[in-house]
Amino acid sequence: MINILLSGDRPRSILLSVILLVILVALALAPFLFPGVRSLETAARICIFIVLVASYDLLLGYTGIVSFAHTMFFGLGAYGVALASIHMGRGFDALVVGSALGALAAAVLAFAIGLFSLRVRAIFFAMITLAVASAVAVLVSQMSELTGGEDGLNYLVPRELTPAFRFGEAFGIKLNGRLLAYYLVFASCLLLFLVLLRVVNSPFGRVLKAIRENDFRAEAIGFRVVAYRTMATCLSAAVAALAGSIFAIWLRYVGPDTTLSFSIMLDILLMVVIGGMGTMYGAVIGATLFVLAQNYLQTLMGSASDATSALPLIPDLLSPDRWLLWLGVLFILSVYFFPTGIVGRLRGVR
Amino acid sequence: MSDPILTLQGVHTDIAQYHILENLDLIVPRGGVTMLLGRNGVGKTTTLRTIMGLWKAKAGEITMDGRNLVPMATAERARLGIGYVPEDMGIFTDLTVAENMSLAAASGTLDPQRLNWIFATFPALSTFWSSEAGNLSGGQKQMLAIARAMAEERQLYLIDEPTKGLAPAIVSTMASALRDLKRQGASILLVEQNFAVAKALGDTAAVMDDGHVIWTGEMAELANDAHLQERLMGLSMETL
Repeated sequence: MINILLSGDRPRSILLSVILLVILVALALAPFLFPGVRSLETAARICIFIVLVASYDLLLGYTGIVSFAHTMFFGLGAYGVALASIHMGRGFDALVVGSALGALAAAVLAFAIGLFSLRVRAIFFAMITLAVASAVAVLVSQMSELTGGEDGLNYLVPRELTPAFRFGEAFGIKLNGRLLAYYLVFASCLLLFLVLLRVVNSPFGRVLKAIRENDFRAEAIGFRVVAYRTMATCLSAAVAALAGSIFAIWLRYVGPDTTLSFSIMLDILLMVVIGGMGTMYGAVIGATLFVLAQNYLQTLMGSASDATSALPLIPDLLSPDRWLLWLGVLFILSVYFFPTGIVGRLRGVR
Repeated sequence: MSDPILTLQGVHTDIAQYHILENLDLIVPRGGVTMLLGRNGVGKTTTLRTIMGLWKAKAGEITMDGRNLVPMATAERARLGIGYVPEDMGIFTDLTVAENMSLAAASGTLDPQRLNWIFATFPALSTFWSSEAGNLSGGQKQMLAIARAMAEERQLYLIDEPTKGLAPAIVSTMASALRDLKRQGASILLVEQNFAVAKALGDTAAVMDDGHVIWTGEMAELANDAHLQERLMGLSMETL
């Protein structure tokens, strides 16, 4: 059963299996294990980023395509839900229509970019995606009547997904729409992740890996490399858009900073590299570590700074204001000690 | 000579500013092994790559079974039934042996009978079936490269120096695999520097020099004429 769910792609390391299981259980029971708004926000963000990073891994880790347009697709999905909710009114139909149209728009745009630019060398493709993503971000900021510009859009999601919808209490936790929204996020993300796992372990995924390793060889045994690369780009874009839709359902707000900014693109890249490219499970580890660090490193450093206040220099170094510096140091160390990512390293030691 | 499966007429191929193939004419008969011989750097590998479309022919015609290959993409040529084994083996080192093999089957599923034949020819592949191809030895990688071409019946096999740098025992395994293919009636265009293998397998031969074919004929005729070898290739093949 587990083998079928994981499409035969087991973690292949006991330690990795344990870590993944801990993450799964922690996310599945997050509202009960870590009560509180902040922890629930963090758990939901981890779920969404796992899917977003996994969809990017399909592109970078499995197909060898460097793209800087992934947040653009993420944003398309998010804006799809926002615009549908505003124009159709609050309701699950708006969420479904918005998500579907967002994913479709992302796939079509990815198809257009892929068709025109996947024939060129990798570096030019990366530059083209960067240019298109920047252009879309500027467009979204400027078309304020439609997109809300820099202020973004607020909208209503179905009442069943809001804190106002209450339906009892369990284990001392109030059961409300926010909890339902969290489990919608969790279940959707789990499903999308398993779908991606199925894709990379299918014959299609095998061809992508072959293309990543040597596109000329793949072409010489009969695979149309541009067609496969374009399909991978479309699929990856559609899944990123769905992740964006889930994010929009959870946040009930979209804006350029939360869905389209280049800093999110950099975060995705870091999560893929830290977790381990071309492994899918790397997305789980990378996203979990990174989002936890983003949300709790500052607090942790504040406590450490207070605890070492009697010592010279150290409290300054551990000042919460320097959290980005330490995040950078952690990234450099992880790349140095885990060049194949944490998953690659764990699989290596068995 | 039987009807040709592949014909190259007046083919020119440039790599950057260098003219590698100059007015190349070559006929590969249907069924049997055609040896493509010549000194290093005369354009043998470029000929195979040009047939596959990995280098674009600047001029000339390449026809297989009457179909012009020149406007076709590499993948399209492969799907016509050309199995290409490049000099660098062309295996995917990050994939397992099983994955490498299944990539070679158009349907993604290997025919069990054919797979048994491959395992009988190359037992090492069955032993390392689930291992990453990158972990195989040089000889095993070459076996995998040939086995991948053998995974399905092809119209034509283009094989570039399959015994290069291999231990004698593996050369013998390789020769035996090619002999098996030949026995099944396959058409093979083979670039080979090992004279013993060339002599044992070749039915016809084409000798290249300076980017074009300077001699074609029966392999036996070339193999038995040291003077001819000296004249065409600058040395007797027996000394190789």
